[in-house]
Parts: sequence; structure tokens; C-alpha cells
Amino acid sequence: MADKLDDFITAASAALDLPLQEAWRPAIKANLEVTLKLANLVAEFPLPDEAEPAPIYKA
Amino acid sequence: MTDDTTWSTASEIAQAVASGKISAGAVTDTALKTIDARNPALNAFIAVTAERARAKAKAIDADPAAKKLPLAGVPFAVKNLFDVEGIATVAGSKINRAHPPARRDAELIERLEKAGAVLVGALNMGEYAYDFTGENVHDGPSRNPHDQTRMSGGSSGGSGSAVGGGLVPLALGSDTNGSIRVPSSLCGIFGLKPTYGRLTRARSFPFVASLDHLGPFARSTRDLALSYDAMQGFDAVDAACVDQPVAPVTPVLEQGLDGLRIAVAGGYFRKGASPEALAALDGIAKTLKASPVEIPEAARARAAAYVITCTEGAALHLERLRTQANDFDPAVRDRLLAAAMVPATLVVKAQNFRRWYREKVLELFKDCDVILAPATPVTAPKLGQQTFTLDGVEVPLRPNMGIYTQPISFIGLPVAAVPVPLDPLPIGLQIIAAPWREDIALRVAYALEKMGAVKATRPKL
Repeated sequence: MADKLDDFITAASAALDLPLQEAWRPAIKANLEVTLKLANLVAEFPLPDEAEPAPIYKA
Repeated sequence: MTDDTTWSTASEIAQAVASGKISAGAVTDTALKTIDARNPALNAFIAVTAERARAKAKAIDADPAAKKLPLAGVPFAVKNLFDVEGIATVAGSKINRAHPPARRDAELIERLEKAGAVLVGALNMGEYAYDFTGENVHDGPSRNPHDQTRMSGGSSGGSGSAVGGGLVPLALGSDTNGSIRVPSSLCGIFGLKPTYGRLTRARSFPFVASLDHLGPFARSTRDLALSYDAMQGFDAVDAACVDQPVAPVTPVLEQGLDGLRIAVAGGYFRKGASPEALAALDGIAKTLKASPVEIPEAARARAAAYVITCTEGAALHLERLRTQANDFDPAVRDRLLAAAMVPATLVVKAQNFRRWYREKVLELFKDCDVILAPATPVTAPKLGQQTFTLDGVEVPLRPNMGIYTQPISFIGLPVAAVPVPLDPLPIGLQIIAAPWREDIALRVAYALEKMGAVKATRPKL
């Protein structure tokens, strides 16, 4: 049964011009569920407004 | 040294060439014959540059100065995401086979050859480096030299298989989330993932710009050091390469453990580890009298690395996803398509978290010099295996082989992966140091190797 994530995948594929075949949908959905779960685990961690990316070590 | 150089180290080969005991040509011929004999079983190589290798070896043998170079006559091979002049850089994909042949070698190949090494070919890898298994739907899997029914580990699977199987003493690979450390662990060899920004990535095919590292595989710590020393040095072509003074490690390898404070990661880094991984970790920790340390928020760090990886990967491949979706490995395609839909706000949050986490982990290095951790939760799984048990729960294997490596490369810390020779299959440990302290990680690896606690075991091939 379609749920909100199915609706999102359908809409995002159309809006972003991404190919979507129905056979791929279960795997795409499973991957998106995992990625959003992990992304939210990070996003819920409180950080100060000043926390900005700085990926490279300077000597 | 005998004429059989198939299990010789790079250091032994270079010394033998320098002293005239053996010619670079003979070493190259042995390597090419060994590749011919063993590659049908291991599937580590996807291209062999025999003609080029013989010409290079001949040039070394004709030049007395070249024979004294630190890697004189040492055969090496590279993951096929490094540009090799005259060969298309396929990066494990079907799509890139349409690319024209590379016009110039990757910078690190040029630096190794300048030090006397001899390129003999390009190695199998997971498609676009998005893989921890060493399997490849287009080329077939590279196989584990200790048990050919098992995985080599990914994504630098061919590099692990070729070095662990005695096809070459030295190989290069890349590591975004563990792709040097995972194959090192599964194939029972040594690997070095240097500090992010240390080695240039010029003329290699990228995956995740924020996290991509290049580095060597070998069967001894000294060989890692020799090759790493030959590859150091700033290169403005790679935007992430840092103008850091060259710091040769080979001269300090034998300084030993005196004065080094050694810690072992607990918590997250024990949860889910198999009995083999814990036995290896605890044995080495006891040998080194390591003190326990907790790396804070490692699970969240791994989650953030996962998000940055899939979304930067999706950005890299966006046009190919739109136009050539059916030409991808379906598993890679479905991960990247899902990632292309992840809101940008969540990706920025992951990058912001990276800064916080980096500062917290760097604080740990005020009280220790290295941190030990497992490299993989398990020894080499069976080829085709889809799931494994982690902390009592059955989970997909492919994304979870890197649970212990991802929180470390996420902030670019240098790591030496060392093989603990368990029977029947080896398993690796990570020796993690502070940024730019590859010397310390390799000193500890060297000391453990001298004690016999870590060792690349010769497989029966």
C-alpha cells in the first residue's frame, strides 16, 4: 500500500527528472528509509548555530 | 632471497635489485607469470600492462642510478579508478568503458615509478567504489586468496586479492569509508589510509570528494612506509590536498613503542564485533597494555558519513542516473537514486556534525597517541552472502562491513590496518593516530610485526 514515502518518491522522481521503474521502487524505498533514518539521527543532535563544516585539516 | 619473488616484500626486491642479486626484468617476468597463473582463480586484475612493465624494467636494469631507487624493480598494480595512460579508467563500471583511454598516469603512479616501481596492471573493484564486498556485476568478484569462495572485501577488492595472493607486493587503492581497511582485513594484509588531504588524488576517478583518500596495500609495514614516502608531497591539482611538509616515515619505523600512549576503543567499537574480531583486538590491546577509551557519538558519525557518501555520490552520478540508469549495477543505482532525493538540509547537518565530532575526537589525542579498533566486524564472508548477524540482529552485509571504519575516515584520521593471523581466516585491526601522524600509526604497526603479533600469512595457492 502506498504511504507518504511512496508519494514522496513518485513526486521527487518527477520533479527532479529521475528515472523510476516500478521494479526498482522497493529497493529505492528501502534505501531511502535507511538514509533518512540515519540523516535524522544526525539532525536531531543539538549543535550551536556557529557549527559550520570544516572538513580539511590545516597544518 | 631466492629467485621466487612471489612472496618477497617490496623492500627485499629493491635491495636485491640494488645489489645486483636479481634484475628488475626478472622480477617483472615473475610477477607477470604469477598474474597469468593465479588471476583466473582470483580475478584481481582487469588489465595487465605487460609491455609497459617490461620496458620500464629494462630501463631500470640499464641505469645504475635507477637500480638504487627505494622501490627499484618493485611490481605494483592499481585499483582501476587510477588513470593509467592508454587504458580507460572504468572505476568498476560498465558506463566508463566508453571513456577514451587516459592520456596520463595518475600522479601517485608517476611518483611510485619515479621511485623505481614498475606498474603491471589495473585491478578489479566494486562499481564506482560504492561497495564493501569486492563483488562486481560486470567483471565478476575478486576472490579472497585464503579461500576463493569468500569475499576479498571492497571496494579495493582487487588490490587486497592481488597483494594477499602474492601477485604483486604493492598495490594502490582508495578509501572513502573503509575501502582500503576492509580488504586489508579480509585478505590478511597491511594497508595505509593516510590523513585526509595528505596524498594527492590527481587523475583518479572520484566518489565522495569530502571523504576520498588514496593509499597503499602491502605485506609489510616497511613496504607501506617506503611507498607512502615516495607518494607524499603537495599537489595543487587536488583541491583537498594540503600543503604539508613531507615527513618521511621509513627512517623512524624502528623507534619502537617507547613513549607512546596506546588506547583501545570500547563501546560502539565492540558492539556487534564477532568473537574473532574481539579476540584479535583484545590480544593486541593486551600486548600493548592499551587503556580503554570511548570515541563519542561514533554511531552518529557513521550515520553522517553514510549520508554524505550517498548524496555526494548521487551528485557525482546524477546525469548518468538520468540517462544510463540501466547500465549501473542495480544495487548501486537504487542506493544512488534514493540518495538523489535526500533533502540538502540533512546533508548540511551531517557536514556540520562532522566539525563537532572532529573536535571531540581530537581531544582524545591529548591523552593518547594511538587508538586501536577492529577493522571489520567479521572475517571474510562467503561470496554472494547478503546478510550477517551484527549484535544479534540480521542486517544487510554490504553497507555494514564498514561500521568500524566509517567513523574514522569521516574525520580523515590516518590509519594503519594490520592483519592478525587467525586460523583459518585473518582479520584486521585499525591503528588510528592523530592527523598527520602516520609515522606513529606505522611505528606501532612495525613494532607489532616485529613481535610477530601481526603478519601477512601466505595463502596456499
